[in-house]
Amino acid sequence: MKALNRKVFRDLRIMRGQALAIAIVITSGMAAFVMFIGAMESLTATRDRFYRDYAFADVFVSLKRAPESLRSRIAAIPGVTVAETRVVAPVKLDIEGFPEPVTAQMISVPEHGSPLLNRLYIRSGRMPDPARDDETVVSETFAQAHGFKPGDRIGAIINGRKKNLVITGVGLSPEFVLIMRPEALSPDFKRFGILWMGRKALGKSYNMDGAFNDVVLAVQPGADTGRILTELDMILEKYGGLGAYARKDQMSNRMLSEEFRMLRRSAEIYPTIFILVAAFLLNVVISRTVSIQREQIAALKAFGYENADIAIHYAKLVILIVLLGLAGGSVLGIWLEQRMGQLYMDVYRFPSLVLRINLLTMLAATGISVLSALAGTLHAVWRAARETPAEAMRPEPPAKYRVSYLEQIGIGRWLSQPSRIILRNVERKPVRTFLSILGIAVACATMLTSGFFSDAVNYLVQVQFRVSQKEDMTVAFVEPTSRRVVYDLAGLEGVHRVEGFRQVPVRFRFGHRSYKTVIDGVEPDGRLHSQLNDKGKPVPIPSSGLLLGDYLGELLGVKPGDTVTVEVLEGNREVLQIPVTAMSKQFIGTTGTMDLSALNRLLKQGDAVSGAYLTADTNKWEELYRQFIRMPRVSGITLRTNEIRNFYDVQAKGMLFFTFVATLMACSIAVGVVYNSARIALSERSRELSSLRVLGYTRGEVSYILLGELGLLVLTAIPLGFLIGYSLCLLIAWALANDLFRIPMVLDPPTYSMAAAVVLISAVVSALIVRRKLDRLDLVEVLKTRE
Amino acid sequence: MAKGNAASPRNQTDNNVVFQVRGLTKVYRMGELEVHALRGVDMELYSGELVVLLGPSGSGKSTLLNILGGLDTASGGEVSYLGISLTKAGDKELTEYRRVHVGFVFQFYNLIPSLTARENVEVVTEIASEPMRAEEALRLVGLAERLDHFPAQLSGGEQQRVAIARAISKNPKVLLCDEPTGALDSGTGIVVLEALDRVNRELGTATVIITHNVDIAAMADRVINLSDGRISQVTVNTEKKAPQDLHW
Repeated sequence: MKALNRKVFRDLRIMRGQALAIAIVITSGMAAFVMFIGAMESLTATRDRFYRDYAFADVFVSLKRAPESLRSRIAAIPGVTVAETRVVAPVKLDIEGFPEPVTAQMISVPEHGSPLLNRLYIRSGRMPDPARDDETVVSETFAQAHGFKPGDRIGAIINGRKKNLVITGVGLSPEFVLIMRPEALSPDFKRFGILWMGRKALGKSYNMDGAFNDVVLAVQPGADTGRILTELDMILEKYGGLGAYARKDQMSNRMLSEEFRMLRRSAEIYPTIFILVAAFLLNVVISRTVSIQREQIAALKAFGYENADIAIHYAKLVILIVLLGLAGGSVLGIWLEQRMGQLYMDVYRFPSLVLRINLLTMLAATGISVLSALAGTLHAVWRAARETPAEAMRPEPPAKYRVSYLEQIGIGRWLSQPSRIILRNVERKPVRTFLSILGIAVACATMLTSGFFSDAVNYLVQVQFRVSQKEDMTVAFVEPTSRRVVYDLAGLEGVHRVEGFRQVPVRFRFGHRSYKTVIDGVEPDGRLHSQLNDKGKPVPIPSSGLLLGDYLGELLGVKPGDTVTVEVLEGNREVLQIPVTAMSKQFIGTTGTMDLSALNRLLKQGDAVSGAYLTADTNKWEELYRQFIRMPRVSGITLRTNEIRNFYDVQAKGMLFFTFVATLMACSIAVGVVYNSARIALSERSRELSSLRVLGYTRGEVSYILLGELGLLVLTAIPLGFLIGYSLCLLIAWALANDLFRIPMVLDPPTYSMAAAVVLISAVVSALIVRRKLDRLDLVEVLKTRE
Repeated sequence: MAKGNAASPRNQTDNNVVFQVRGLTKVYRMGELEVHALRGVDMELYSGELVVLLGPSGSGKSTLLNILGGLDTASGGEVSYLGISLTKAGDKELTEYRRVHVGFVFQFYNLIPSLTARENVEVVTEIASEPMRAEEALRLVGLAERLDHFPAQLSGGEQQRVAIARAISKNPKVLLCDEPTGALDSGTGIVVLEALDRVNRELGTATVIITHNVDIAAMADRVINLSDGRISQVTVNTEKKAPQDLHW
């Protein structure tokens, strides 16, 4: 090995603590990058393969009922390659040993075998036998939640009639990668599932013999989907079509896309922060190394080494540190990617995870990191190479200082000399000071973003389930029913209060914008289910006109006072003009709300409800839903407590993982920045500090000067970190907002404390390491030498 | 200049002994190698006297000064300051000793670059028990006009005089100077020596100056020659020269 190369390794050994701290920052950045990008690419590949191999449909539509003969008309729409009709039925399930209400969506499969579109992947067992009418395949998450195996039996109440079914298989469908009850906040694998059953058997049970109520289409690549949707809607208008939608609006696919979007954003944001921090740290450390080694550089040049040799020599040092970090990051990243992939697979179900490790992406990340690091150190390396040997051999002129601004405004009087030293040092290199503070602040901000999700979820649960939805359970009816049913329900034993509601599928139009959703008609003096304003207080229901969710208002560009067009998608399909009278704050869903009576008047359908909210004695619940399961008109029951529990369960796992990763990252940045700042300060000022020790300053007093400066940086950084963190959370909330949910901007005090604590602990650990070195200062040696 | 072998000069009694050194040895271990820096030194330093320690590099004079100043510990022998043992003191006691009793002046000044002349002195007066005012100390070394200048704005001689002011400001019993003119030209060096001489005369501070510059010895009360870790000669100057009469 060449002598100069040997020097690279020796230098690296000497600065191993600092090099390691920087390498760890780079490791975190690379790990985050590999994890997010890798998870995204793996899941994308997994999804694409599943969609392709199992023929995920392009267009979806539900309708009331149409004769099978209509299929050929639909198939004839230009651009449509496959049109498949289905029967889809909501069913209530009766599961032995599980008394809570369980609902499912039952979907028909053709008699002749597998469907053409949204084909089933059979994990175990087999497809139903076409000759039998009591066989079904159940979705995997549902089967796992209850421990069902092929051969087990369940009772299903289809159209009010109980049917005993045999499970023949456990399956997955590209249509239900994520299985969630419509309007639920999060998946509930125990209480909602998908069942597939032969078309003939289901058609008979659901009065759809020779008819269908659901269509899925495949279209030619590049076909104008918008036009196909319009034509399909026109064909189905007479048959109670509920509005066709494309793949991008399909629930499971939507949720998956949102996840990918989040992963991509994270892959962009976090690694960038880390690379920038690492580049800054390298700059500081290499600058210092170069200035310590001035005389060595001069000697090397005197021996005839060229500027380029010197520059390359230091560049090698930088590259070595970066590569060290990248190697660690790649390994850690791949491990995290697998964990994350598995975490996703708990909720999102595919036949198998296609793990992608994209070497090209990793190579690109390596290139970018090395280049950023070199860019960060360019100045220092260039300075090293540029000086003439004679110039470099002379000692550096004494550092210039000035009275700090804080002293100029009169605070100086109160300061001891050590405190002045701190202030002046901090002010002497304002850019470095600022970047150090920024670095530590970023660590603090990273911690805040990790706490943000759980705070938001807690707030959401608080607002949604304790203020907005106070009902114990919600009962949904098969179709709109006379409002008298409310009194029937109220008469049941243990029921305290019942409030009917009417939910109507509609399409809002305003100007050129439109949005398909529902209007909830509620009792104006209802107490169980309310819309809230931005202060979290209930908004009164206007006696006429619409109360619109704020996000829906934004989507449509509507303000209170405007009048929107409402196309009703059921019954007589009225087209109405309704004024918007008020807005409400909605975190979940995107709906309009009206006075129940006003809505029914507009629909000219008499006094009807499609469901009811109710509160009841806790010890009567079980008996109540046993009765509901038997009522033919009741299509589903949801329990508020279950919703809350599920919401937490699903969020908790992912959140724990994310918090773990973020904490790791925040610590690595905090330690990296604080430790390096301290080491550099120690190296630059060991002479000064030794002099003070000689003059009779104690170890503690000398530590104060060095560590006090760090303390000042850290204490300044924390509020700045809060500010950056808050802004980052705002950005995240904004970037992730969609019509399914909006993340409320909430950061609880404990999250701030936690972020500050992590930064402080990292700082204290770094300070203790440096303090040990400080205690071992050689008082004699330092006096003998010129700096 | 009268030469003699007496370790005690005129007019000195045991009552005003500041340092008493007996059989002092110091061995450094440099890897496999043992370096015997001091090989048994006996000496006294009396209050109010100005002693020059002469010797070539490697003679052990800096080691002796460092041990006297509480910067280094001895390998053997005994050093006492005003009857208190320094050789048995721990780090805490040595720090306290430096803080209260000793003033240091170094070859490279060792000022704090971020503090002005006045503040560099105040660094010491703030932790001393009976200090003089910083301005007073700086006046004594002729820097009353440059109180608010930073080290980077001062010449080498001025920086060294700030260092002297810093050293004397705590009213130390002893002033230990390691090559105080080593980094200065002769004109500037003499100005610095004048300041030391004045402090010695006006405040009566016992002063030890290390130098390899033989010409400086003429301003001392006593000159102690060190070579190879031992005192080779002690000379009492019957007639001291004023610093301004020195030249080299």
